[in-house]
Amino acid sequence: MPYVPHSDDDVRRALEAIGVDSLEALFADLPEALRDPPIELPEALDEVALLGRVRALAARDQTSGPDFLGGGMRRHFIPTVTPHLAFQSEFVTAYTPYQPEVSQGVLQATFEYQSMMCELTGLPASNASMYDGASSVAEAALLAVRQTRRERVLVSRGVHPETIEVLQTYLWPLGIELETIELERLTTPVPEVGGDVACLIVQTPSFVGTLEPMAALTEAAHAAGALMVATVDPLSLAVLASPGEYGADIAVGDGQTIGNPVAFGGPSFGFMVVSEPLLRQLPGRLVGQTTDVDGRRAFVLTLQAREQHIRRSKAKSNICSNHQLTALMATINLAALGPEGLREMAEGSVRRAHQLADALRAAGGEVLHAERFFNEFVLRLEREPHTLRRQLSERGVRAGVSVPDAFGLGHAVVLSATELTSDADIEALLVALRELGVLEGESQPEVYS
Amino acid sequence: MHTPDTLRYARSHEWVSAPEDGIVTVGISDFAQDQLGDVVFVELPDVGRKVAAGDALAVVESVKTASDIYAPLAGEVVEVNASLEEAPEAINEAPYEGGWLFKLRVDDTAAWDELLDATAYEAVAETD
Amino acid sequence: MSAATPAPRGVDAADSFRDDSFPLIFERSSPGRRAARPPLVPGASMAALLGDEHLRSEAPRLPEVAELDLVRHYTTLAHRQFSIDGNVYPLGSCTMKYNPKLHEAVAGYFQDVHPYQDEASAQGVLTVLAELQQDLATITGMDAVSLQPAAGAHGELAGILMIRAYHEARGEGEQRRVVICPDGAHGTNPATASMAGYDVVEVPTGPDGEVDLAAFEEALNPQVAAVMLTNPNTLGIFETRILAISEAAHAVGAQLYYDGANLNAIVGLARPGDMGFDVVHLNLHKTFTTPHGGGGPGTGPVGVKAHLAPYLPTPLLVQREDGSVGIEGPRPTAIGRLRSFYGNVGNLVRAWAYIRTLGLEGLRRVAMMAVLNANYLRVRMREAGYTIAFDRVNMHEFVAQPPEGIRTLDLAKMLLDYGVHPMTVYFPLVVREAMMVEPTETESLETLDAYAAVLGQVLRDAQADPEAARAAPHSTPVRRLDETGAARRPVLRYQPPSG
Repeated sequence: MPYVPHSDDDVRRALEAIGVDSLEALFADLPEALRDPPIELPEALDEVALLGRVRALAARDQTSGPDFLGGGMRRHFIPTVTPHLAFQSEFVTAYTPYQPEVSQGVLQATFEYQSMMCELTGLPASNASMYDGASSVAEAALLAVRQTRRERVLVSRGVHPETIEVLQTYLWPLGIELETIELERLTTPVPEVGGDVACLIVQTPSFVGTLEPMAALTEAAHAAGALMVATVDPLSLAVLASPGEYGADIAVGDGQTIGNPVAFGGPSFGFMVVSEPLLRQLPGRLVGQTTDVDGRRAFVLTLQAREQHIRRSKAKSNICSNHQLTALMATINLAALGPEGLREMAEGSVRRAHQLADALRAAGGEVLHAERFFNEFVLRLEREPHTLRRQLSERGVRAGVSVPDAFGLGHAVVLSATELTSDADIEALLVALRELGVLEGESQPEVYS
Repeated sequence: MHTPDTLRYARSHEWVSAPEDGIVTVGISDFAQDQLGDVVFVELPDVGRKVAAGDALAVVESVKTASDIYAPLAGEVVEVNASLEEAPEAINEAPYEGGWLFKLRVDDTAAWDELLDATAYEAVAETD
Repeated sequence: MSAATPAPRGVDAADSFRDDSFPLIFERSSPGRRAARPPLVPGASMAALLGDEHLRSEAPRLPEVAELDLVRHYTTLAHRQFSIDGNVYPLGSCTMKYNPKLHEAVAGYFQDVHPYQDEASAQGVLTVLAELQQDLATITGMDAVSLQPAAGAHGELAGILMIRAYHEARGEGEQRRVVICPDGAHGTNPATASMAGYDVVEVPTGPDGEVDLAAFEEALNPQVAAVMLTNPNTLGIFETRILAISEAAHAVGAQLYYDGANLNAIVGLARPGDMGFDVVHLNLHKTFTTPHGGGGPGTGPVGVKAHLAPYLPTPLLVQREDGSVGIEGPRPTAIGRLRSFYGNVGNLVRAWAYIRTLGLEGLRRVAMMAVLNANYLRVRMREAGYTIAFDRVNMHEFVAQPPEGIRTLDLAKMLLDYGVHPMTVYFPLVVREAMMVEPTETESLETLDAYAAVLGQVLRDAQADPEAARAAPHSTPVRRLDETGAARRPVLRYQPPSG
């Protein structure tokens, strides 16, 4: 049998040592009624047959050609050296570093990760990573509720719609009210923040690409004693003001864009970085620096008394694992790129997105964006977005993330570009949209300002 | 274990000083700090909080455990030992002096007499 | 990290990376260096495109290193890390089995599919996910499965929220306030119950290592929303009275939750669905061998009986009329969404590859050999001088204790000097000085014999010289750490020297 080393002799030797006469005897505790369940699985495949099946399946997935898909995940440059180093078997096949003397590899890499996330976000305390961006935002809301002992959360409509869904899931069982702030001209208006509000959650760049007025929003939250939660794309922080600079208390988001493939939505990792006063409220694992008995610098999991394996029902969260390996991908990737490489990626992405918006507008497309947008924007349509996405896909172009009805934009899609987008890609999209009649509309282009 | 006989004790290992002007000081016993190991962090209650006897109102953390601290008597928190934020080790080094946790204005000073005395507490701790 | 015997400090081959000042990547940084170059896109300035007010005032201080510096740094860091590929790693409740290399190749085929591309253009990966969903349903004996949760604890949250939604739909939401967990439960169980807004009641372990049935029945009442159990439990013992437990829980209207952490013991041989469980979560990184990755990403699919299917997290995979696989979004009864997109797909395809490679016979062999190995090591460990808590035929793991006066912590650190990894220590909490051992099916008897021999050796050494035991380990990249100092004055990031 694959991966199991026991010969018949081994089994006999082990049974004899144990003092039972059959393998069945080892399972004598299982009630009779439970044995031999009717499990239906396909026949086992050998390696060659399995890879043959995988190739046939993978051939049904479109993974090349012009790609304008964003909406939380985008295909960015990942140098070959990144997965090569991250996927060394010591990193891949290690457990959580509970024995620090033989786990300095994972622990130090995590300390480096935390340090890099602090640099990007401008805040002083990062955990060791979490599941993904959306669930990290939900954990940030719970943190704010714990810290302020208030039970209402304000969230901008511009936050990724799936993130808002996750917030609803996490908040309802605890009876915490979630209120959405509708956008005005694709931008989050500075809301009235009541004295009962635990936090204000705003994403920048938003789901529709807008660079939000974070400083003013932060000020409004703080004036009411609420925390400011900034949900951010870490790649954008190569050029954009950091959450620390505008005074946010918590920076959260998804780390896919800085070093992980899109992988049909996961795994990437979530990050959470907080201001000093919130340190003890952080959920998830944390690595700290210390020394060993010989005085050497070393790293260790720390502040564990916050966590479920110690606090049980009183833990800050039930979260147990982090997304170590995907966070390691980002760590190595950031080190490979350095500040210059990361900035070039972000700038390339911004320039390509602006080039695309200009080209679409010039061709008669109804492009919508706020005064300032990053690397995504909205294209309004006459037809149902899913229909357009399929029609484009049939023409070899991947594009068209639906904008949900809640945005009040009618039929619309989010388009995105990255440093990997080429002139030819943009031309291919224009050709396909012209063929489909999307660029023949009479409506005037619109820019909110 | 060191158990001063001027103090009273709760079964949950808090010590309580004799009321002075209706105010008592609360900490954890020498036995309790020894069981916990090196204290690394203390979560203290807000001043002004009103508590019933038995309410959990503080947390003392060591590297691998966290213990709730319960109000030994009903009353209102009037002061907390803020120096523990910077130096939680005081709880290990001087549990009855620099390691005190908070002061309560108690509702009923007579209730203090009903807590365990040093001898009774030591008997409890030994079977714990 | 795989030296068979401890070498004295200073002469080990690994000494080159045992530098007293092993640098951080930041400390290898030199301005102007870099390893990777993205395609350059010239054009307008960021100030022109984004506006000055949105730009950061200074660049993040990320490391600047050449590619070879980068490679050496993370290669030597990897050498400072213990792993399954290096040596035996028998952590109880963690199922540290071999992670097949074939799965890595399989995962590579699906990493460039975007979650928002048209479903007709993603039928390959969607077919894999739909097949896995069906496989996990039949393996657990459940009616419907969601692959969405990102980890076991995330699956627990999904499961308990579904139970809550179910009670609320029946008008019993107000009445049912309590979740029962055994005192040996994983910490995530009570933590999850709290996150779902429930109070937790613990029930004790009886003298035979199983849930104390009398105490359990006493704790049951119409306020109980759910009972969370692991079977086999954290002592490695199968709950033989599971059918009675299930009947009693259901009699008061409670739902039974299966923590799948220990499924490796019975996979293919018995199913939680047949035991009466209403919800199960699986840890694909345990039983189905997706890599632990140094702490994650895990993956924690949930399965439910039909009466809970309306509450499954969304989106769901659906079979379209034309035979293709589709994705369907929110629906009113569901607990909602737990994360973005569909799940940790990279891991899901690895688990699918494992099930396809093993088939039912292979999975049954996994359980049998996992249990055989654990019992074999239990006997060897008893011979080596350890006490076995609840010494009886166990399942995939067991809990041992050192003789009185010897500390588990010291033995664990001494094992490191022999190049092997300790078991899970100080868990479950119900056993003093607990050593929880799970060898898994992929270790050979020779490896277990060698491990038992080392266990015997460290015990003799600790008994002979308790002081020396407290000083172990000696031959590891670093020695015992000041964990108290780390927690009292946390240093959680590198900060460049100022000036």
